[in-house]
This record gives sequence, structure tokens and C-alpha cells, in this order.
Amino acid sequence: MSAPSLTPSKTGNSLEVQPRSARPGPQGGRLARSLRRNLTAHGFLVGAVVCFALFSWYPMVREFLLAFQKTEDGTVSWVGLDNLVTVFNDPAFWQAWRNTLMFTLLALVLGFAVPFVVAVTINEFRHGKGYLRMLVYLPVMLPPVASVLLFKYLYDPGYGLLNEVFDAFGLPAQQWLQDPDVSLLAVVVASTWMNMGGATLIYLAALQGIPGELYEAAELDGAGLLRKIWHVTIPQTRLILSLMLLMQVIATMQVFVEPFLLTGGAGPEGSTTTVVYLIYQYAFSFNNYGAAAALGLLLLVLLAGFSAAYVKLSRAEDE
Amino acid sequence: MSTRTLISPAQLARPRGKLVYWIVFAVIVGGFTLVFLGPLYWLVSSGFKNPQEVIQTPPTLVPGSFEPANYTRAWEVMDLAKLLFNTLYYAFGALAFQLVLDVAAAYSLSKLRPVFGKAVLGMMLATLMIPATVLVVPQYLTVLDVPVVERNLLNSPWAIWLPSVTNAFNIFLLKRFFDSIPGELLDAASIDGASPMRTLRSIVLPISRPILGVVSIFAVVGVWKDFLWPMLTLPDPAKQTLNVGIYSLSNGVPVNVLIAALTIASIPTLLIFLIFQRNIMSGLTAGGLKG
Repeated sequence: MSAPSLTPSKTGNSLEVQPRSARPGPQGGRLARSLRRNLTAHGFLVGAVVCFALFSWYPMVREFLLAFQKTEDGTVSWVGLDNLVTVFNDPAFWQAWRNTLMFTLLALVLGFAVPFVVAVTINEFRHGKGYLRMLVYLPVMLPPVASVLLFKYLYDPGYGLLNEVFDAFGLPAQQWLQDPDVSLLAVVVASTWMNMGGATLIYLAALQGIPGELYEAAELDGAGLLRKIWHVTIPQTRLILSLMLLMQVIATMQVFVEPFLLTGGAGPEGSTTTVVYLIYQYAFSFNNYGAAAALGLLLLVLLAGFSAAYVKLSRAEDE
Repeated sequence: MSTRTLISPAQLARPRGKLVYWIVFAVIVGGFTLVFLGPLYWLVSSGFKNPQEVIQTPPTLVPGSFEPANYTRAWEVMDLAKLLFNTLYYAFGALAFQLVLDVAAAYSLSKLRPVFGKAVLGMMLATLMIPATVLVVPQYLTVLDVPVVERNLLNSPWAIWLPSVTNAFNIFLLKRFFDSIPGELLDAASIDGASPMRTLRSIVLPISRPILGVVSIFAVVGVWKDFLWPMLTLPDPAKQTLNVGIYSLSNGVPVNVLIAALTIASIPTLLIFLIFQRNIMSGLTAGGLKG
């Protein structure tokens, strides 16, 4: 830390200002001053640190401990890997992972590709950009209960609007949330509608940063529309695309609210049971915090790789 | 004045280019309006239908019946005034805590730079690496019995406020903004005898208005949209948030009343969005990526 050597600024301070380190403090001693400065600094920090300690750091440690513990009648005992064994032997375990991965995959096809195509298209428009930007972001602002229950109404097999629209196009009516074959897709569609606004706006901002000369140069080389996208648009937005991809994997692997509200969580024949729903069930339906923590730990380990890659990439972007 | 994009202006100026442009434009604008405003229209209009019409097949695009009383019934039956008040209380309380504690922390980490400051920041940012849903269970257990003070925060607004402070992303955004404030400015103040608190109040905060706006909006919207955490920590029906309260009553009321309630619940955040659109969008693109 370098001592600032400033000449007095425009203020009418006539005192001769010396570098801070050379100026005798009121209590003298360098040490005393540094101590005081640190006390003040920590004073500003302490509130947030206490909150982090109680509600972030302590729970993080506890998550690891809980996974290897068992609580019975208020007494805590170490059970080694028993919780993990319980979790692995649960018939819902593999189904939950399968559903979660399937959900992530579908959500990526819809929620990753669609916003990008939409952003590239909107970016070409000379009119109405603001309106379109507002439209895609509108659902993001709705309380999730409102959007999800609205979708439940639209999906209703009896009086839902969606089947009516299908009917108008000569398509067969679906039992959207009652049929195990389509329920997951129905959840993904609702979730994409609710969440795609954020990604679209971020892509739009990234697209605006592409220097126009690159497109001109590509045209001089005779590149058509698709080749311009492939050789200019995508490489120029690659970093943001990868960041968003990682962020979406991390977010969708933790999906809970949408299936919980749409199908009650498990869904028909467990077709929308996700890993986080299973954690929720262990903890809050069966009071088995050990199993919940063990499953949480598995999810954490799996997502840690994605998080690490994300941090690394976002550092790169900062430079 | 627009910057050069994918399609060349020359291409767009040709008759064929113009035609294609307008066709694509019309399809997208029409499609988007349908996809994004359509459901909202459905929400508001179904809220006006009578009990028979709302579950009638085929549904009516324009309500044949008009019952604004659904909205007043929803307001009364679901006690929306109370739910709305609770949610506002939690959201603005959380905002106050975040503004005071997170701003102070970011200021300290950025400008006062205490010993171990880097380590503290590192530990705060490390929490971003942990999937939030994984921490819900141990956090819930912590709320049931907060260590040291040995208090149970269940059904207390503190269960929302205090954990909301642990928003490492906000601290990161604020710190990055404070980092960009020239040190000379603050040194000048300190030479003039301003205390760190005074410097924060009269120099740092006025400069930081844009970022404070962004952080505030996301703080309020965050509490407004949260579902799982308030459902777990505020089980008492008298303490619930809009999201949780409407969800827990959703099976007991007629469809048209429920839909009217959903419409009412959507209005506040939609208003926030329409008013602060600019700030929200700039916040998204400024900080939305970095974690």
C-alpha cells in the first residue's frame, strides 16, 4: 500500500500536507494509527461478516458434517457413509438424476439456443427493439407462483387454453401435467418462458459489442449469412455464450420451484422428481437431514466443476 | 444512427431485403406479443370471468361475463392486503439490511482495506460456488437454532433479513464499483479531516447512485420472487409472503378468484419493472455475467 503524496487539492487548506506515513498522528506511533485504521475498517465489515458466518459459512460446514451424521431424539451420532448408502438405495435416486439431467438437457435446447437465436434476430431490427426487449423480460419479473399457476391453468386438460390451440391446429389434446411422457417437457416450457429474458438481454448486450468491421470484412471474403454467424457472431460472443451455458447448467440442475408448483414435485409416476425435490422431501417430509445433506453433497460435488469453470472464465472476461 | 450488424445496410436497402426484413419483423413482433403478452392477457381477462365461464370448453377469448368482484373477493378471501404487507415488509427490510451492511462491507474491502480483507472477500465469494439449494437444509437448521445467540428465528422477519445480507454477488458488484472511484478523491477528503463514515456518506454514496439503484432493485425483486425459503421459514399463515400464501390457499378457492389473486400479485413487480426498466436492464448487462 503506497502512501498518497498529494498536494493540497482545490480546497482552501493552507496547511502543508505531507505524505500520510510521515505525518505524526494524534496518538503518535505508526502502529497505533494502523491499529485504529484497521479497527475502523473491521467495524464497517463486521455486520456482513456476522451474517455470512451465521447464515453462509456455518451452514456450509454443517452441510458437510450433516452428511455423515444422524440425529435421533436430539442426539447426534456419526454414521460414516450410511446416509450416502440410504440415498443410493432409494428407488427414486436414479429417477431423480435422470429427470434432472433430462430437464437440464431440454432446458438447454430451449433456454440456451432459443434466447441466442432470438437475440441475434432482434439485434438486426431497426425498429421495436425496446418493445421486444421488454416483452422477453416481462415474465422474469412475475412472482413465480403467478406464472406457474397461470401455466397450470393453461395446461389444464379439461379447460386449458393450450389444448384448445392444439385442437385448432388439428393436433391431439395432451394431458400435459398428468401424462408422465410429456410432464417434464411441460415443466421445461413453463420454466423457459419464465426465465429466458435474462439470457436474451445479456446476449443482446454482447452482440452490440461486436465491431461492425468484422462483418464487413467477412462480406468482402464472400461470406453469406450463416457463415457470418459461424465465423464472426459466435466466436465474438464465445466467452459470454460459455458463461451463460455454465450458469444455466448450474441453475437448471437445481430446479425445484417449477415442478413443485406445477406437479406437486414428484409428478405422475415420479416423472418430474428432481434431485432438489428429493433433498426437500428427505429434509422436510421425512425429517432425514442426514440423507438430505448427503444427496446435497453429491449435487454440490457435481456442480463444483461447473462453478470452477465459471469462475475461471469470468476472470478471463474481466481482463 | 445505428452500428453495423450482421446484415449489411446495402442488403436491407434492396427491395427484396426490405420485404424479408418486414416479414421477419412482423412475424417476430406478432409471435412475441402472443407468446409473452398472451398469457398475461389470459391472466387478467380470466380474472373477470364468472365461475362457469372460466372453466368452460372451449374457452372464450373475450370474457362474456364481467365480474370485477372476483378481484375484490380474491383480495378478501386470500387476505391479500396482509400478504402484500408482509412481502413489502420483508422486501424493504432486506433492502435496508443489504444497503447498510453490504455497502459498508464493500466500502471497507475496497477503500479501507483491513488486514485479512482479501481473505474475507475470498470467503464471501466462495459462497457463490456452493449451489444455493444445497445450503437450504443446513441454513434452515441454523434458523431453528441460531448459534451463539441461541434464538429460533422461525416465523420471524429476521429469518429473511439476515440471510439476505449474505449476497456475495452484491458485495462483489459494489466493491467493483467502489474500486473505480479514484483514491485521490477519498484521500483529499481524509486530509480535510473527514472520517471514513463521512467520506462514505458525502463522497462514495452520491457517486455510487447507479449501482445502488441496481442492487436495490434486485434486492427487493429477489425477496418478492423467492419461494422455497419463505415457505420453510415462515410457516405461520399470518406471516406468509404473497407467493407462499397464494400457493397454500390455491386449492381452496374457485379458479376465477385464484386467477384474480395471481393478477393482483403480479402488479407490484410489473410496476417496478415498467418504472425501473432502464436500471434493471443496465444492471443485468453490467453485472449479470460476473460471479
